[in-house]
Amino acid sequence: MQHVIVVLVEDKPGVANRISSIFRRRGFNISSLTVSPTEQPGTSRFTIVMESDKRDAYRLKSYLYKLINVLRVDDLTEKPNVNRDMALVKVAANNTNRTEIMQMVEVYRARVVDVANEALVVEITGTTDKIDSFIEVLRPYGIIEMAASGTVALTRGPASVYSIDRAS
Amino acid sequence: MKRKLNGSEILWETLQNLGVDVVFGYPGGQNLPIFDAMSKYPAIHQVLVRHEQGAAHAADGYARVSGRVGVALATSGPGATNLVTGIANAMMDSIPTVFITGQVPSHLIGYDAFQESDVTGITLPITKHNYLVTDVNELSEVVREAFYIAATGRPGPVLIDIAKNAQIASIDWEYDDSPIQLPGYRPDMRPVEKDIEHAVELIKHAKRPLILAGHGVLISGAMDELKYFAETTHTPVAMTLLGLGCMPASHPLNLGMMGMHGEAWVNHAIQECDLLLAMGMRFDDRVTGDLKTYAQNAKKIHFEVDPSEINKNVKVDLALIGDLRESLEQLNPHVPSLEHGEWLKFINGIHHESSQRDIQNAPDDGLLRAPHVINDLWRHTNGDAIIVTDVGQHQMWTAQYYKTDHPNSFITSGGLGTMGFGLPAAMGAKFASPDREVWLVVGDGGFQMTSMELQTIFQEGLKINIAIINNGYLGMVRQWQEFFYESRYNNTPITSPDFVKLADAHGLVGQLVTQRKDIESAIEWARQQPGTALLEFRVVGEDAVYPMVPAGASLHQMIRRPVHAGTK
Repeated sequence: MQHVIVVLVEDKPGVANRISSIFRRRGFNISSLTVSPTEQPGTSRFTIVMESDKRDAYRLKSYLYKLINVLRVDDLTEKPNVNRDMALVKVAANNTNRTEIMQMVEVYRARVVDVANEALVVEITGTTDKIDSFIEVLRPYGIIEMAASGTVALTRGPASVYSIDRAS
Repeated sequence: MKRKLNGSEILWETLQNLGVDVVFGYPGGQNLPIFDAMSKYPAIHQVLVRHEQGAAHAADGYARVSGRVGVALATSGPGATNLVTGIANAMMDSIPTVFITGQVPSHLIGYDAFQESDVTGITLPITKHNYLVTDVNELSEVVREAFYIAATGRPGPVLIDIAKNAQIASIDWEYDDSPIQLPGYRPDMRPVEKDIEHAVELIKHAKRPLILAGHGVLISGAMDELKYFAETTHTPVAMTLLGLGCMPASHPLNLGMMGMHGEAWVNHAIQECDLLLAMGMRFDDRVTGDLKTYAQNAKKIHFEVDPSEINKNVKVDLALIGDLRESLEQLNPHVPSLEHGEWLKFINGIHHESSQRDIQNAPDDGLLRAPHVINDLWRHTNGDAIIVTDVGQHQMWTAQYYKTDHPNSFITSGGLGTMGFGLPAAMGAKFASPDREVWLVVGDGGFQMTSMELQTIFQEGLKINIAIINNGYLGMVRQWQEFFYESRYNNTPITSPDFVKLADAHGLVGQLVTQRKDIESAIEWARQQPGTALLEFRVVGEDAVYPMVPAGASLHQMIRRPVHAGTK
């Protein structure tokens, strides 16, 4: 199944390399990996989506903890969480279908961020499923190019990655 | 008080403060400032090796015998890449080591400068951690962190790549010995009380318990705690290759080595037990054989410092994560006195096929056999020497026949199985323990991989005794060819130089031994020599190590020594 794993790291040179090296070295498959700054200076947050069973998710967690620069690891998969991807989609459009496309954009609560004579750039935020479905809807019009972020996620409620007991 | 020092001086000052007394190294363009500053620090002995791999293995051997951090120093590029095998070896066997490499100046990094290589990139998967230092202000702190990381938790190699500009730049500096701050590093985990209680329950209910003692016993210094536990609960102890010496071989509860070339009754005991207590070992494929049939009826408790080892190869019922000595200190007061008379009787009943009996039954036709040589070496040295081996058949025979009673005295490359490890590791062992007798047992193949270190031994005036087991083959591979490739001995017959002349050419002494009757007198002769003495034992070519669990087979499916194998 899809595991969403959050890794909090010290912002040191090479830390992204160390993390991605674990996937290569141990033969795990990354679906997506997103790095971002956090509210704390000097700390970065990796959100990793990985297709795996429970055992491999545990293995990944324990290998991540072996890295000196890793502060916290949290597997959000079985916790209530909010997770979002963002995508920018450049779709072919002309005078006859532009309105129709914009209606689809409306239905998906996406946003048109650029308009040209022959194309629209649409921004959409949501779960991976929602974005995948939106892209399928746009595909018949002709997708010229698209860019998507990986997943970012937070647990629901007041608990945070900082309250993880790493000994568990 | 602060003094103006350059990076190289700061490095040596820091090493000195950390208690380093010997560094194995090789100079080059990008570590010249470090070597230039060296003479101001005579308390640290600098050994010039003949190849950086030798420096790495020597640091490794030093660490295994002393329990302290071993240090090797090399230049950038080829100097650093030559360390790689030694670093990987230290990683696989969890050896506390620090590798220091010179790097091209910061402004040239990334521009393919002369002798530049991406050393932190290359060594990332084979180090516990590594650093690139480009700013002299960070140097001392990085070195302190490196030693701390190398020696704590599950030990391992840490590499520090120091750009030349950071070696040269001067700052006002004084040694800071405040505690290391590493928020992401937690080497201090301990089992929780309820897990200890769970362990006690499992131990109380077991009828056929067995301890698997590994390298972790030696690393954490849990020899006394292990002995107490085993004696109190009358639990027999099987050892991994790297665990040898963690309990005296002569102890009645010590069964000996398990695994691919372990004693048959030890492997049978593992398959028959109902509780496995794995202490500081990691269920390597060489000790488990086929996982599907491994100790099927046993509950399993894993005492382990590294959480990533839990359920990695063998699924266990209970994990006690933490330093083994501390875990046993926590557990032992709760452990009742137990008797396991029937179980011990059963094990003693399957004892009859020991390897010891094996060689006693071998025909005494005057020809030399490696087990005889090693058995005689064991007898003649009372089993008291530090034994260093290389990798291959002689290594397994040494594990079987040199039954050491002493911890940290059986030095061998386990996880990586590095041929060429022996000679340089023996140098390191001698530096760690100059007053003890050191014997290197090495094959003709592995010896030729790093034999240039004989000259380092000469230059350093070291006294080591070397026993080359020369069978004219890369013996272990030949054995696999015999068993699994219909005896097609492709590229395993190997010629050797005249080893006695080689010793002579290096300013050392040597003797050739071809008759069984001459073994003990040759050993005594070697021990009496003031300098390093080399004995070449010409043994029969096609002997094999028995018993053997073929790779991937079940632990109880062993190939045994044919009854008249010795007559080949």
